[in-house]
Amino acid sequence: MWSVAISAFGISIRTRWRDKKLVVSGTTSHAMVGDVFVAPLEVAYPYKRTVGTLLSRFFTSLSECRLEGTRGSDGRVYFPPAEFDPLTGAQLSEWVSLSDTGTVSTWAWQATPVEGQPLAHPFAWALITIDGADVPMLHAVDAGSPENIAIGTKVKVRWAEDRPGGVTDIACFDVVGGAS
Amino acid sequence: MALRDIAIVGTAQRPSEMNSTFTSVEILLPVIQQLLDKVGIERSEIGFWCHGSCDYMSGQPFSFVSAVDAIGAWPPIIESHVEADGAFALYEAWVKIQTGEVDVALVFSNGKTTSGPIDQILSLQTDPYMVAPLKPGFDALAALQARACLEAGVVTERQMAEVAARSRRDAHNNAIAFTKGNESADDLLAMPYTLNPLRAHDCATPVDGCNAVVLAAGDVARRLVERPAWIRGIDHRIDTQRLGARSMIESSSAAIAAQKAGVAKDRIDVAELHAPYTHQELLLRNAMGLGESTHINPSGGALVANPAMAAGLARFAEAAESIFAGSADRVLAHCTSGPMLQQNLVCVMEGE
Repeated sequence: MWSVAISAFGISIRTRWRDKKLVVSGTTSHAMVGDVFVAPLEVAYPYKRTVGTLLSRFFTSLSECRLEGTRGSDGRVYFPPAEFDPLTGAQLSEWVSLSDTGTVSTWAWQATPVEGQPLAHPFAWALITIDGADVPMLHAVDAGSPENIAIGTKVKVRWAEDRPGGVTDIACFDVVGGAS
Repeated sequence: MALRDIAIVGTAQRPSEMNSTFTSVEILLPVIQQLLDKVGIERSEIGFWCHGSCDYMSGQPFSFVSAVDAIGAWPPIIESHVEADGAFALYEAWVKIQTGEVDVALVFSNGKTTSGPIDQILSLQTDPYMVAPLKPGFDALAALQARACLEAGVVTERQMAEVAARSRRDAHNNAIAFTKGNESADDLLAMPYTLNPLRAHDCATPVDGCNAVVLAAGDVARRLVERPAWIRGIDHRIDTQRLGARSMIESSSAAIAAQKAGVAKDRIDVAELHAPYTHQELLLRNAMGLGESTHINPSGGALVANPAMAAGLARFAEAAESIFAGSADRVLAHCTSGPMLQQNLVCVMEGE
């Protein structure tokens, strides 16, 4: 991922591009399975696209360790920010700075993580309502064990060391005052 | 404009299997031939062909085009494809017949679900920036929904186990079904969590499979089968793609689709619900107002055989067969798509 500042009409616009690469691989090596020869198949779409004005600002803020949401027509604050009002379809422009803590509204325990998920050891998926926001987001909580998490548990962002701009700039969430 | 009377007049399904070494064409060809023989029509009498499948599963863009080999493209045919369950292809075919352009359509769908990690593959349809990079599987997303329902008291773990126990028992009577069992709800509740709060039996069994149905209008339908399954209402609704903005404890899109399809106008004898997770069957029953008088999923449902992109059309086939057999007069077929019941298609069919 890379970004570039464009100056036009006295306004500096920061645009970000993102590598789009989705890889799904069922088998990893050539093998005989019974009497059938199996070959690996990797699906990849190696193209770049601009993520647009809203995501550019959002991903920039994440890479700088800040959380920002947008306010909808009914006053609700969306995090991650919504570009268009889910109720009216209007473009949203009011940004709201948020803290890096939140509350779990539902959770599930991933006992056997899959490669590429936020954590390599058992963790909780959760919908987390960031303090100051009204609509929860999906992320991972490094809770250690399912006994350490419940609906209502307070959590705090753990920033990734490498932050190219994206939802994975948040490595995961930690339980506040607790156990991981 | 008055709507045309359109009915399902025949169905065919391939028994579920795992790790099939056949190609899509090889699994579809005999099913389509079997269906044409059963209904007693020639390929030339089919005015429209509509196919549901997912290219991500075969890992090849436009791989669905090869499936045309299973139906034959010479002399030229009119055909279409949806990157979705075959139930949505059926909806397109229903619209096509409504236009008056054709009288007979053949709808088919296939899914070689066990070729890859289907739980992860399906997750690629989530928001590409906010959700997909985290790689949550569909099971994990369903587990988040189940937890919210359990905490709110909308469902209980015992009710979920009862759904699984009933489905596995009913599967014994269905040659298409894969997972069968005679466990009690207590037996199932003693099993460990796989993705807490879900246990293995709460999640549908991914299988390879395919199926096909013939739709026909008016007197053509009456000529092709003794008791057509007339489509009296069909409707498709979608909840927001933003996972956090949806209600986790009810399915508003299923409720609207059921209302628009006219579910509540009379008693439903049999409902074939496409519920890949046990708690989702309970949510759908609530959303559609299905009570004790409705027999839910006599086929065993998607829980015991879930060929991705074909499990919804299978519900239509099973529901229509109960009309053909005379064992039901008014039935409901349902298909879902997307994580946590994002999309819901509801259809009401009646015998004459």
